[in-house]
Amino acid sequence: MASMRWREQRRQILKAGAGGSVLALAFAAGLITPEQVLAQQGWNKNAFDTKSFGDAVKALGGAASTETKGVLINAPDIAENGMVVPISVTSNLPKTESIAILIEKNPSVLSSVFEFPDGTDPFIVSRVKMAQTSNVYALVKADGKYFHAVKDIKVTLGGCGG
Amino acid sequence: MAEPMRIRASMAGDKVEVKVLMNHEMETGQRKDNAGNIVPAHFIQQVNATHNGKAVLSAQWGPSVSKNPFMHFRFKGGKPGEKVAITWTDNKGDRRTDETTIVA
Repeated sequence: MASMRWREQRRQILKAGAGGSVLALAFAAGLITPEQVLAQQGWNKNAFDTKSFGDAVKALGGAASTETKGVLINAPDIAENGMVVPISVTSNLPKTESIAILIEKNPSVLSSVFEFPDGTDPFIVSRVKMAQTSNVYALVKADGKYFHAVKDIKVTLGGCGG
Repeated sequence: MAEPMRIRASMAGDKVEVKVLMNHEMETGQRKDNAGNIVPAHFIQQVNATHNGKAVLSAQWGPSVSKNPFMHFRFKGGKPGEKVAITWTDNKGDRRTDETTIVA
């Protein structure tokens, strides 16, 4: 129920020590929602709630994404274990700012977003859970625009525990 | 969660290769226990890595990152003997920082 979840989020945020900040005061006064506090503290709840690649791109701030050969996904064609699928992404696009990993058929489509300051290679290896055979997207923000590569990964043993 | 992260930072040419293995349930909130009750979501939401206090990576995670997360990244400008620190924060507000020294 929405109100119970709201109360639980309130408890989590207050426990996390939003403490004496202006944010906490506004939050306690009911002026901003738990989602807004989480966003301020750096977790994009809207993006992690989306149910499709397209919606996730929008929630991350893009209008649309262009497929590109400049982003490389290195991952198995067949995942032995859907609980732990290794995904490696390299972006050869200049001015890469971030790489996000998305799994189309997962209940939570957006798996992660990594941001790369100057001096850090636009490269990441992560391990993800895949509920079933699915397209896996690597979404790159480069020079303010969104690009992606996609790979189909087959899963024999699903990984969300359902 | 109580266990320290295993972090290895080593030189690869002029870059520092960092591999991290964290200890965390990464519970999705989708799973049911044997009694049929939903096991509540409990997962890392934010990860930050620093080198000598300067940010070298930041990340937001959702519950579809695997249990006991592994992460590998690479940055320029570090030298053996310098420190790399990784911090994670989860959806319950728990937080953990571990540090390692860059090796050759």
